[in-house]
Amino acid sequence: MNTNETQSDIWRWMPDQMSTFASNVDGLFYFILILCVIFFTLIVGAMVYFVVKFRRRTDQDETPLIKGNHTIEIIWSVIPGILLIAIFTWGFVDWMKLGTVPPNALDVRVEGYKWAWSFVYPEGIVSGELVVPVGKPVKLTMSSKDVLHSFYVAEFRIKRDVLPGRYTVQWFEATDTGEHWVQCTEYCGTSHSKMIAKVKVVSQEEYDEWISTGGGMGDDVPLADLGKMLYEQRGCVACHSLDGSKVVGPTFKGLYGVERKFTDGTSAVADDNYLKTAILAPNDTVVEGFSPVMPSFQGQLNDRQISALIEFIKSVSQ
Amino acid sequence: MFLSQQRTNSAAADASGSEPSYLTAKRGLMSWLVTVDHKRIGLMYLVSVLFFFLVGGLFALAVRMELFSPAENYFSADTYNKLFTLHGAVMVFLVIIPSIPASLGNFFLPLMLGVKDVAFPKLNLLSFYIYVFGACFFLYTLVSGGLDTGWTFYTPYSSSSSETSVISSTFGAFVLGFSSILTGVNFIVTMHKMRAPGMTWTRMPLFLWSLYATSVIQVLATPVLAITLLLLIAERTLGIGIFDPAMGGDPVLYQHFFWFYSHPAVYIMILPGFGVISELITINSRKHIFGYKAVAISSVSIAVIGFLVWGHHMFVSGQSEFISVFFSFLTYAVGLPTAIKVFSWVATMYKGSITLTTPMWYALSFLFLFSIGGLTGLFLGALSVDVHLHDTYFVVAHFHYVMMGGTIIAFIGGIHHWWPKMTGKMYNSAMGNLGCFLTFVGFNVTFFSQFLMGSQGMPRRYYTYLEQYETLHVISTIGSQVLGLGLFVTLFCFIHSLMAGKKAGKNPWGGLSMEWETESPPIEHNFHGQPVCERGPYDYGK
Ligand code: HEC
Ligand SMILES: [Cu+2]
Ligand SMILES: [Cu+2]
Repeated sequence: MNTNETQSDIWRWMPDQMSTFASNVDGLFYFILILCVIFFTLIVGAMVYFVVKFRRRTDQDETPLIKGNHTIEIIWSVIPGILLIAIFTWGFVDWMKLGTVPPNALDVRVEGYKWAWSFVYPEGIVSGELVVPVGKPVKLTMSSKDVLHSFYVAEFRIKRDVLPGRYTVQWFEATDTGEHWVQCTEYCGTSHSKMIAKVKVVSQEEYDEWISTGGGMGDDVPLADLGKMLYEQRGCVACHSLDGSKVVGPTFKGLYGVERKFTDGTSAVADDNYLKTAILAPNDTVVEGFSPVMPSFQGQLNDRQISALIEFIKSVSQ
Repeated sequence: MFLSQQRTNSAAADASGSEPSYLTAKRGLMSWLVTVDHKRIGLMYLVSVLFFFLVGGLFALAVRMELFSPAENYFSADTYNKLFTLHGAVMVFLVIIPSIPASLGNFFLPLMLGVKDVAFPKLNLLSFYIYVFGACFFLYTLVSGGLDTGWTFYTPYSSSSSETSVISSTFGAFVLGFSSILTGVNFIVTMHKMRAPGMTWTRMPLFLWSLYATSVIQVLATPVLAITLLLLIAERTLGIGIFDPAMGGDPVLYQHFFWFYSHPAVYIMILPGFGVISELITINSRKHIFGYKAVAISSVSIAVIGFLVWGHHMFVSGQSEFISVFFSFLTYAVGLPTAIKVFSWVATMYKGSITLTTPMWYALSFLFLFSIGGLTGLFLGALSVDVHLHDTYFVVAHFHYVMMGGTIIAFIGGIHHWWPKMTGKMYNSAMGNLGCFLTFVGFNVTFFSQFLMGSQGMPRRYYTYLEQYETLHVISTIGSQVLGLGLFVTLFCFIHSLMAGKKAGKNPWGGLSMEWETESPPIEHNFHGQPVCERGPYDYGK
């Protein structure tokens, strides 16, 4: 993992290169950067030189009447013009690569919702972390359940908006194992900045192992541990705290077994049944002081996972 | 020292100055509220714009304070989201768009043309009141729950999800658009119909050319914004289903509409700044502008091509990948005329007689900052690189270098330049220079660090962030405080001048355009008699 190295190193431009696109994109980035430095130095250098050299000496200074110079004007239009076309072309060529998904790519579906990501594998595994094998192209078919989001992994140099009611596609091929962050880059409300997920690039063997154990959520994982994983990976963490503070939803601390009051005036005790309904049909009853913004997890979690979440809530309640 | 530079001008040399100035010709609050004098309207705009600049600036400082560390420092996530949204919306709609055209433009367009007023003085007053009316909706938004959509109002968040005052703020922006359109129409007609004898098109100062190009964009593009915002309001209140996919709409369509206005609006914001800089550099170098035609034509070609590049804001939005290619190409096409302008300004200084007045310091500061702003646009126009940089702090830094380092610096420089003419008072130039210097330093510290964090992958509109970006955020926040200090020094410099400034002469900087031929401050009808234009505005030297 290289996140530790990057932490101290602020005077750098691009992050580590971790996908097959990265070196191309960075090549163009640094090419433009060099051009910028050259042009900036010329402009500001000439400006400073003129200010010093031609500063006003007396109030009667005579200045020559220069209205222009065709040769110079043509030179400084044509040369930048050619450079601009070169930059455009370079960007275009890599853009086409970005848009051409290799046919042998591994298919992963990405769902964005306020405020988490979930990744659905062809084997039926639903995970809150994107786990991919190194050296294999991965195709992401993405859609959103609510508003716009955008799927961005800086180390891969990929980004694409995730829209409701439509699929967008992007792909990448990781070049080394390691962990990175998916960050949401399209503003989506309160916890936009917490809409991040881990990307784990692992070896093919580890990947196969991960798939065969149901995405690390196999039956051998203790319930409360599984609950904690689900809490972190499936977005509960963006709205529910464990330390008693109120975020978008009520805290889980001390929740189990206490009496809940609802906006419609009714109330209930937070037992297993209540928690199950609260997760699958959250808007049937809405806790007083909150708005009905929790998405339903009906069909998203299996029975064991629901029990695990309840177990987890119980464990943080004591 | 400034007073000594007066030049005698043939047209108005006989002026005695016994007539009262526009400030004293009529008195009392009512004389301001119902005035049709373009100078008074310009001043009222100036004061309102500066007021909102203060408001938007305080929001910005609050945003930077919160980002000092990734933890929750002063505000909740929801409050933070409102702060950055209001900062953006106030700065764009209430400050930058009206800044130069409505204040300095209103004041100086007729003076530079050598005429008594704009073509439709009453319409001009109406524009001002429409602006005030629109601004009231923004103030209402502030007290009625704020706004958290980002200034771009992207759907479906704005139409279906946000629980804040989206309708009052979009309606405010809708109303402000009319103010902008009416000012544009007024300026275009004035320039076509009301030039002083001898004032040919090619004798018009470049500031007026830039206002002309700006006005054309305002008139053509703003109606699209108005339609877009109305549709958004209809979507939110009636659920007509144009933008929200849940009702069969298309959120990307909204972005097309929005940027079809808002990209040209970038030029509404920057072109007047270009115009101001052309004036500042020529006067303070006593040189003819280098390539007058190239500079004037580039304003117009920017205005035209600027209509065809809106999709460069949407490379990763899900729009067609092929259309993105055209937008990228045209983006570079519009970059070229801008580059030519910058080169021409620098070349203008060659063999000049350069004096470092406060306005000139602002012009130099502009060249420095705007060059960075313009050059960093090259990264964002490149398709593959933009995929990485889009919606990161790199973009935030880029447009602040253009909008603040460009437009606002030109605006403040322009105020310093024309301050003696508007108020009849000089200011303490040491204090003015200090303000300029602190602003310059603070600005670079604030925003250059944002280029770095952006290219490293820090997304924009984030309330909290990964720890690796913390150092750069700390630097940026400290910079913002220096920047704020610089702006307060500048404000103090103006207030000090009003209270204790020396009296200004007609032409403290030795300018040749016609506004310098009348009194400082000008008389109510601008000129004694009808002045005649006998030379170009930059006919310095031999
Ligand atoms: C978008 C934010 C959001 C997300 C994500 C979210 N919730 Fe909620 N949740 C809420 C809100 C708001 C409430 C209170 C209103 C209500 O009862 O619907 C709530 C209520 C609850 C309650 C009832 C709490 C009480 O105090 O009675 C439970 C249990 C719960 N959520 C569990 C979960 C679990 C488990 C997850 C993840 C699988 C989750 N939530 C994800 C917002 C969210
Ligand atoms: Cu988001
Ligand atoms: Cu644009």
